[in-house]
Amino acid sequence: MSKQIVTMTINGKKVEKAVEPRTLLIHFLREEMVLTGAHIGCETSHCGACTVDVDGKSIKSCTHLAVQCDGSEVLTVEGLADKGVLHAVQEAFYQEHGLQCGFCTPGMLVRAYRFLQDTPDPTEEQIRMGMAGNLCRCTGYQNIVKAVQSAAKKLKAQTKESVAA
Amino acid sequence: MIPPSFGYSAPRTLPEALQLMVQHGDAAKILAGGHSLLPMMKLRFAEPGHLIDINRIPELKGIREENGLIKIGAMTTENELIDSVLLQQKVPLLPEAARLIADPQVRNRGTIGGDIAHGDPGNDHPAISIALDATFILTGPRGQRNVAAANFFLGTYMTDMQSDEILTSIHVKPFSTNKTGSAYCKLKRKTGDFATAGAAVVLEISAGVVSLARIALTNVAPTALNAKAAAAALVGKPLTDASIKAAVDAAMAICDPAEDLRGDIEYKTAMAGEMTKRAIRLAASRCK
Repeated sequence: MSKQIVTMTINGKKVEKAVEPRTLLIHFLREEMVLTGAHIGCETSHCGACTVDVDGKSIKSCTHLAVQCDGSEVLTVEGLADKGVLHAVQEAFYQEHGLQCGFCTPGMLVRAYRFLQDTPDPTEEQIRMGMAGNLCRCTGYQNIVKAVQSAAKKLKAQTKESVAA
Repeated sequence: MIPPSFGYSAPRTLPEALQLMVQHGDAAKILAGGHSLLPMMKLRFAEPGHLIDINRIPELKGIREENGLIKIGAMTTENELIDSVLLQQKVPLLPEAARLIADPQVRNRGTIGGDIAHGDPGNDHPAISIALDATFILTGPRGQRNVAAANFFLGTYMTDMQSDEILTSIHVKPFSTNKTGSAYCKLKRKTGDFATAGAAVVLEISAGVVSLARIALTNVAPTALNAKAAAAALVGKPLTDASIKAAVDAAMAICDPAEDLRGDIEYKTAMAGEMTKRAIRLAASRCK
């Protein structure tokens, strides 16, 4: 089938590419854009390793076509850190041992980022419900919950600082 | 896994989408949230020649109250159902049930219309729609027609919708807040799993007597089941352990589940009974 031109903004950079309609967003990001942070896990929209942010919403990029993102804003794990400084969510996962093998981590981070944008002051139950679309086979989730709690505190402190400044 | 090649259009209006369906005929397939269709395409269980993506048609989205009805655009996502204050107040069964469907990411994509039109007995909205006595608005080249949820589901992946029609809207009557109670009880092994068995119940209790009951079951037959005899066992009398047992027995009597890794026939039938019992009790506790 003939390729179609898509334009999207990925981690703040505008890109224009010709893609086959059947190209999944995860393959487009990893192979065309060489953004290999988002991982291919189950490929059946269960595991969440491929989670990215599209127009302010978490989605599973294994079950989304690249052509569907024409005109969209896409955020991947590569877009979280700012000039080499880790995002609060990344720092919290690292400090709270929210990962072991790291395979699920890019999806966890991008999902945690969006979850905390939507729910800045979450209860543990809200965290467990909000992160339920991301599977981790190492940590048993306890440290992931702690990391999200810690990131929530860090983000609140940052907001206060920026308001004070 | 990469799906086979296909053409792709993303129309901006409903007439444009209908025109594309005529143009592409049997090769055309509507793409809604894509969380049933794209996995099936990866596995070659579905090989449409042309996808018509209806995500960019604004008139298929949104929830509003009009002429005494709650009208839900077919492309409204599960998370939009959960967040809708109108539904929380007037049709609380829908946000409650949507929270039990899939996970946060999938609920950002999965739509009520896609869940219904797909005709999968494992999907939750068919039984919920039957319990709500919802009406489906189908739009095609010959115009619009309305189909009652109870008459829509014909078999596994088979519905009353024709190949050139689009499910555009779901209409539901708002609950009469002073006497209606509802509940959806779903047994599942894990987040994101289909139901082992599920039961949707809507009850009205007036002066201590059940004046209306609707019960529908998820994933225990080739389609969602309208458990009419179970509902009839409750109506016209006060709710008692005996009437609930009669309803549960009637619900289990119509179950015809397929054995799979979620359980054998006996277990799934028993769980359909248990979910029915729990949903009746919970719905009754919500009747004021």
